[in-house]
Amino acid sequence: MTEHTQADAPNTIATDDSPKKLLSVRDLKVYFDIFPKGAMPWTKPSKLKAVNGVSFDLYEGETLGVVGESGCGKSTLARAIIRMLPVEGGEVVWLGQDLAPLKDKAMRNHRKDIQMIFQDPLASLNPRMTIGQIIAEPLQTHYPELGKAEVKERVADMMKTVGLLPNQINRYPHEFSGGQCQRIGIARALILKPKLIICDEPVSALDVSIQAQVINLLMSLQKKMGLSLIFIAHDLSVVKHISTRIMVLYLGNVMEVADAADIYRQPRHPYTQALISAVPIPDPKIERNKEVILIEGDLPSPINPPSGCVFRTRCPKADAKCAEQKPELVFAQGTHQVACHYYD
Amino acid sequence: MLTHKKTNVEDLAENLGNETPVGRSLWRDAMHRFSRNKAAMAGLVGLLLIVLFAAIGPFVAAWHYSDIDWGLMGNAASAGQPSIENGHYFGVDDLGRDLFARTVQGSQISLLVGTIGALIAVVIGTLYGATAGYFGGRIDSIMMRTVDILMSIPYMLFLILLLVMFGRSILLIFIGIGAISWLEMARIVRGQTLSIKNKEYIEAAVASGVRPFKIVLRHVVPNLLGVVIVYATLLVPQMILTESFISFLGLGVQEPQTSWGALINDGAGTMRYGTLWQLMFPLGFFIATLLSFFFVGDGLRDALDPKDR
Repeated sequence: MTEHTQADAPNTIATDDSPKKLLSVRDLKVYFDIFPKGAMPWTKPSKLKAVNGVSFDLYEGETLGVVGESGCGKSTLARAIIRMLPVEGGEVVWLGQDLAPLKDKAMRNHRKDIQMIFQDPLASLNPRMTIGQIIAEPLQTHYPELGKAEVKERVADMMKTVGLLPNQINRYPHEFSGGQCQRIGIARALILKPKLIICDEPVSALDVSIQAQVINLLMSLQKKMGLSLIFIAHDLSVVKHISTRIMVLYLGNVMEVADAADIYRQPRHPYTQALISAVPIPDPKIERNKEVILIEGDLPSPINPPSGCVFRTRCPKADAKCAEQKPELVFAQGTHQVACHYYD
Repeated sequence: MLTHKKTNVEDLAENLGNETPVGRSLWRDAMHRFSRNKAAMAGLVGLLLIVLFAAIGPFVAAWHYSDIDWGLMGNAASAGQPSIENGHYFGVDDLGRDLFARTVQGSQISLLVGTIGALIAVVIGTLYGATAGYFGGRIDSIMMRTVDILMSIPYMLFLILLLVMFGRSILLIFIGIGAISWLEMARIVRGQTLSIKNKEYIEAAVASGVRPFKIVLRHVVPNLLGVVIVYATLLVPQMILTESFISFLGLGVQEPQTSWGALINDGAGTMRYGTLWQLMFPLGFFIATLLSFFFVGDGLRDALDPKDR
């Protein structure tokens, strides 16, 4: 069924030089109902706009880094794409088929193509199950006809692939270190040979040295299996290392999308400029003389976001136009997209 | 010495890749902690002895629990005291029936009521509570309001009415106690489920496409089983108490069958004639059982939830 729609869909014409478009998110909105304290059952809730009209494309084999400060809707975006949160509006087109209106049952068939890696490695593993059971679960869910020996063999193979000893198959999660737990999480995500893995801050709970191991593992697996990644993080240097392209979010809106090298060399949006100026440089001389752009104030409430450009309350360039008119995401140069009236 | 040590380490290193070690599950950890808890182990031993008493007692008893020793009928106070010679190890009751056999029989009934009541509570309460908690929203509201309404019925009155209307029978007691006991369990389990369902491993299961009921059975229930087991062990004595209370009111099991509550009732009634053994033997077993269950329950709580200590 999905294969047909994919072949028929006009917007997935793949020429030889352009990579295939896997995922195309259009104007995605995720709102949460917020009830005021002591609300009556009939009071209308106010809407928290966690993701407010995000659009982007993801191509086969690439890594899209998603950055932004906490509370900007990174994780919500990830969970909305795989339909773990209800979508208020917009489209999530996966290989030519819109996932957003699908029923849970129909969605379940697509889940084997899109897997997820979580932030807290230990908490994402059921403490009552052995490693073997945890890694085998997606396999048994989608291929119940597989025999026990076959499942065990595939699990052992996958454990080797992610750098775990296959003889630890009967151990429990609490007997592993954080880095090992994350490898188990990666093994579970990869066992179905998905096309896309969404990594929700997969390394932010790990030590720096372990971070590097896990990221290098992800990158080598990506090369080997031809995966696409959506890599969510708040650490810009980590994102720079792994990403092909980077998307900057602020208060549920896309600020800037560009190739990783491009966005670091020449950030266009004032918010991105401030973010990148805050990345420490491992050279004390440069670091001392570097100019850090400070953003003042706090993140505005997503229940009642500012009119026009959502960043205008903290933007050094903001003026009257920013308050009236919301800037569209436009192509500034080549594939570099930015949502600002005054990007140059 | 040093070289000897080295070879040991080398052996270990060589074998590390070959064996498939079995991990220590959280259950095994808990069992280990439980076995080091002296009071809980004493409680467990006590319980085993009482169960053993109920199980093999009928083969030890010299008399059947419904047979009357005509020679002792009427003069239980003067000649019916516990003795080894005439086979009445615990003496006889007011009608001249062997109290040992009757205590054994009462133990069987009381333990059965307790365990079956708790079992019903565990099965129904856990599934009901976990379902309500996991699915949430309107399903949760409807299911839990139903529990609230059922809970607001005074259950003792309900049970007594049931027994008065349909006649005294042990089956009815099982049904009545079972129908009530799962309500509290459902509430506790729902509360636990609410905190478990936001854990990342549940999200991971949803993301990989596991069906909702499988998630409840495979991920939610095993993780709240600790709480359920603790509560169930504390529920058993509660069930025994309920049955005893009903029997004490004279509405419980039917003669010649008996239970601890009925025996204590009889014993309390004849206490002033000096036949203290008629009260003390069933009461002793009753108290020993309750204490044992409480100790075991406490021990399980400590073992299964080490953070709480």
